[in-house]
Amino acid sequence: MDLTLLIDFGSTYTKVTAISEQKGCFVATAKAPSTVNSDVMIGLSNAINNLKDILGEENLSFRRRVACSSAAGGLRMIAIGLVPTLTVEAARKAALNAGAKLIGSYAFKLTEEDLKELCMQKPDIILLAGGTDGGDEEVILHNAKVLASLELNVPIVVAGNRACKERIRQIFITAGKDVRITENVLPEINRLNIQPARECIREVFIERIVHAKGIDKAKEFVEGILMPTPEAVLRATELLAEGAGEETGMGEILVVDVGGATTDVYTVCSGNPTRGDVILKGLPEPYSKRTVEGDLGVRFNCLHIMETVGVSLLSEMSGMKVDVIESTLSLWARKTYMVPKSELEINLDQALARCAVDIAVKRHSGTLEKYYTPMGEVFVQYGKDLTSIKAVVGTGGPLVNAQNPTYILSGALFDEHDPSYLKPKNPKLYIDKNYIFYAIGLLAEINPELAIHILKQDLKQVSCEKMVDRSLMCRR
Amino acid sequence: MNQKTIVMGVIGADIHVVGNKIIEYALREAGFNVVNLGIFCSQEDFVNAAKETNADVILVSSLYGHGELDCKGLKEKCLEAGLNKVKLYVGGNLVVGKQNWEDVKAKFEAMGFDRVGSETTMPDDIIKWLQEDLSCIIAK
Repeated sequence: MDLTLLIDFGSTYTKVTAISEQKGCFVATAKAPSTVNSDVMIGLSNAINNLKDILGEENLSFRRRVACSSAAGGLRMIAIGLVPTLTVEAARKAALNAGAKLIGSYAFKLTEEDLKELCMQKPDIILLAGGTDGGDEEVILHNAKVLASLELNVPIVVAGNRACKERIRQIFITAGKDVRITENVLPEINRLNIQPARECIREVFIERIVHAKGIDKAKEFVEGILMPTPEAVLRATELLAEGAGEETGMGEILVVDVGGATTDVYTVCSGNPTRGDVILKGLPEPYSKRTVEGDLGVRFNCLHIMETVGVSLLSEMSGMKVDVIESTLSLWARKTYMVPKSELEINLDQALARCAVDIAVKRHSGTLEKYYTPMGEVFVQYGKDLTSIKAVVGTGGPLVNAQNPTYILSGALFDEHDPSYLKPKNPKLYIDKNYIFYAIGLLAEINPELAIHILKQDLKQVSCEKMVDRSLMCRR
Repeated sequence: MNQKTIVMGVIGADIHVVGNKIIEYALREAGFNVVNLGIFCSQEDFVNAAKETNADVILVSSLYGHGELDCKGLKEKCLEAGLNKVKLYVGGNLVVGKQNWEDVKAKFEAMGFDRVGSETTMPDDIIKWLQEDLSCIIAK
């Protein structure tokens, strides 16, 4: 068989997906524990051996082999800007869209303490923004100077005021730092421009980070480690929304990826107000948007989810007694590989995942607030209005492998009891049944039309589970 | 680049958008770099935008009569944010009812505004103020 192998070097598992370009179909997927700390090739070989077992073939030849990676702690980034709600927020959005794990962000002039803290965080890349084009120069120049004086030697992506590009380049080059200058993330107050920074971060990832993380040991076998895994998922989402070649896209879309450590939400949509009497405020939102909830992993943070929604709600949802829930979740948080066994445990696991989806989508979506003014009622929207989104897709191990994935995914839907969150109202629901979203993002680099074709085959439509459940009003 | 930057918007829970658009158009035509925040702006919106764009002037509009309450403290916030060189303009229908214009003007000047306009102030008047205060050459 002539196969294309798509690989994800994850922190816990190395996953492989084989597809046949010739036949235009998905073939199989397999995984094995990652071995990033010793030699990534061991985990990869094990995963490929598992794939061989599944297919029952001794010799598999792969015509193409490409990979993405979120291993070795992910792509650790720090975002720096001027005003918290403006260039800092724009820089954060750019970093998240590039698939980064945002480990910190700083506003205004960096202080001695900021710098100390920043070094201790051990970032892989620093994204430096500040000032609109032709706007403030003082702060970004100051920040460039103090960053250049650090011993820390990590790539710095500059996406700030165009007027001082060259001066900033000189500051970093003189100090012997790896600096890349790209377009401003916020060229004007009302215009976000994060795509160039996203591309630039990806280049740095391929050139520098893959080596720094030791993942390039796989280079002899793999043609290229093309991007961080979340970037691959975002690209697959964009492809599915927009289509390619003969394959039509699905239109405006939301993807939620439930994981043991984080729950990520991706949307590709304008998010403009769906009603006429609404004033849109706040920083513009990117058409493609990723958010990461580091406190909503269903294993590492299961106790945090319990504290957020309240143990009584989980008890109501799962039918498990409060004290049993507490002891079970303490165990799961310590032994994150634990899989639920009894029926009650399965219920509890699904309740956790549903709550994680609910809160993650709430945080991702825009809000509608009512104000009373001398002219009467006024509605103000912040963020993206997702109410008219056509399709919601669920992915991630805890969701895809669950007994009732629809129940979990329904957490993403609009809640009439909590109407200020603009979550999707009547979308079609789909499950990524073979868990191949990352692979599609990689395949899109080689053959986008085939990639969307395979993804459409993989998606299983499920009927929406209208849970009339007042108790699901999880807090933010 | 010698273009001067004006941050403008309608303050408070005020949704009068027409005058805002007219002033934006006039100032752009006169060669200014205009950052229009639109309606429903808080004091922080003005301060943040001015900081990020290195603005020369903040131009605040208020049409619904609550200008006094909405504008109080803006100058102080600017000073805190290091915007001590930024000129503050305010104009519109600033107070409720028919009050003596000189009193109204004095009240807003005391709040730290450099220029105070009434409901009869025309875009050309604003441009003239800007020319005087920024001693800049108009593009056209």
